[in-house]
Amino acid sequence: MSADTQDPAVSDPAQPVTSKANEAVSPSSKIAHFPADKPLELDSGVELGPWQIAYETYGTLNADKSNAIVVCHALTGDQYAASTNPVTGKPGWWSLMVGPGKPIDTNHYFIICANVLGGCLGTTGPASINPETGEPYGLSLPVVTIRDMVRSQARLIDHLGIDTLFAVIGGSMGGMQVLQWAASYPERVFAAVPIAAAARHTSQNIAFHEVGRQAIMADPDWRAGNYIQENVRPTKGLAVARMAAHVTYMSDESLHQKFGRNLQDRDKVTFGFDADFQIESYLRHQGMTFVDRFDANSYLYVTRAMDYFDLAKEFGSVRDAFKDTKTRFCVMSFTSDWLFPTSESRRIVKALNAAAANVSFVEIESDRGHDAFLLNVPEMFDTIRGFMTGAARARGIPAPGEEAGA
Amino acid sequence: MMNLAPTQTRPGETRGDHKVVASLVPHGARVLDIGSEDGALLDLLVRERQVDGRGIELSQEGVNRSVARGLSVIQGNADTDLADYPDQAFDVVIMSQTLQATYAPREVMSELLRIGEQVIVSIPNFAHWRNRMQLLFRGRMPVTKYLPYEWYDTPNIHFCSLRDFVELCRELDAKVEKAVALSARGNKIPVNAPWWVWNIVAEQAVFLLKR
Repeated sequence: MSADTQDPAVSDPAQPVTSKANEAVSPSSKIAHFPADKPLELDSGVELGPWQIAYETYGTLNADKSNAIVVCHALTGDQYAASTNPVTGKPGWWSLMVGPGKPIDTNHYFIICANVLGGCLGTTGPASINPETGEPYGLSLPVVTIRDMVRSQARLIDHLGIDTLFAVIGGSMGGMQVLQWAASYPERVFAAVPIAAAARHTSQNIAFHEVGRQAIMADPDWRAGNYIQENVRPTKGLAVARMAAHVTYMSDESLHQKFGRNLQDRDKVTFGFDADFQIESYLRHQGMTFVDRFDANSYLYVTRAMDYFDLAKEFGSVRDAFKDTKTRFCVMSFTSDWLFPTSESRRIVKALNAAAANVSFVEIESDRGHDAFLLNVPEMFDTIRGFMTGAARARGIPAPGEEAGA
Repeated sequence: MMNLAPTQTRPGETRGDHKVVASLVPHGARVLDIGSEDGALLDLLVRERQVDGRGIELSQEGVNRSVARGLSVIQGNADTDLADYPDQAFDVVIMSQTLQATYAPREVMSELLRIGEQVIVSIPNFAHWRNRMQLLFRGRMPVTKYLPYEWYDTPNIHFCSLRDFVELCRELDAKVEKAVALSARGNKIPVNAPWWVWNIVAEQAVFLLKR
């Protein structure tokens, strides 16, 4: 193993949260460094090196290394799936799903969650230092793809000495990575759970991302991507990008229930452009808190990776992407998700059926839109729990509640 | 698919027609159960016959319950979704009490015979003597404990008799390897009888077919 692993810093919510810039270069999580002679080969043809991948683990790897699960995070997620985020001080983004006794049970499985390539919490991304210049990469970082993200995770798994993953699980962009894992490394993935995902980014998805990118690039403080060197931040542009994207993560119904046409701290409209409505105030708040934890250039890179994702283009067809697969799939969608609608999940299921794959498909009734996969949706938890138990039985590892002698 | 012909069992009890179906499935077979309801038959097959089992179920609630109990089930429709599967994808394809509710039973049967090496179909027998009596003496469409629907609300849109089904199999060049006549409760009718007798006394039957 050429890469070395640092011990994770213990995150303590009582401590002041660390700055985003520090976390991009030297994260508080575990980290694997790969030197220049162990580069990462990217879809763009570039060999990226040296590079690093920041990750967290939860639970214990068993003796025959058969209980490892990779959790893949979404666009603005991070490696802190089930532990306190050092930048925000908030609990892990999937702490409802991952933990002791949770559907992805850390008492039984060894969970690995890595920051994506192009991200901003410790894995090589545009805010990392370019060793050739000693300055942040900015736009000199090659464009990365979902497949590149998965390649980097596979290198991490190699580094950890794990051959086959028990499962790969993730929602949204995390679900895209799950599909890519299953397509690129079928023999290394026993079970795959793509949630609220798609085998391609649709034209509408690309359109929304382009709006966000243009908002960032229109901010005078973006400085052609060199804002870190020039000591400014395109906070306004990034906040607008987040506001636009946030709307796509919710359903009309959930917005209506939560805010309706309610006014914000006032009895009547002001005949001005202040945030009269609660929804305006909410979105502005979402935008402003997002810029504290996310890097604008990372937003460009990671949205681009999603836009380029199209399994059918890579393999000829989605069916061919999963030809002869032995992986067990559990595809999941939500009724009110219009960003990654059920029709896209069905497309995956049809292709898996055509490949005679072992597949379950569950559409969950929820009015919470795309974000439902992050929220408290008991039917989703029941489904994941059941699927994991069935898969554990098939894999011959003890499922929660089924230990030998228990 | 819903279970369209209710069979009377106590909770936790294995349905008689399920026991018969299970007895026809080889150990370790690759099985597709079409109309798998809440996964009861699939679960039985996985436990007792160690099959590699999949299910298709029309109701989302049934699908979600099945997946939560660890079974591989997708939401789908027999009339439209069987076309996705490759030829001979399964050792055994099962359609239990569902064929009579499909839009195009003949096409569905062709698909079953295409994707499965063996096909197990169970159907209610519309020519059972109670049904014959109701039609003959009351002049009304039969409504029985076993088939409790009125003509206007029945999901069973393509009823047939056992003889009709055997005739369809002949037209499709499907060989009936085995046929088991059952009562409404799913008990085997323990007599050897010619087809015309079964067509009167059996309330349902299970067929094992091969191309």
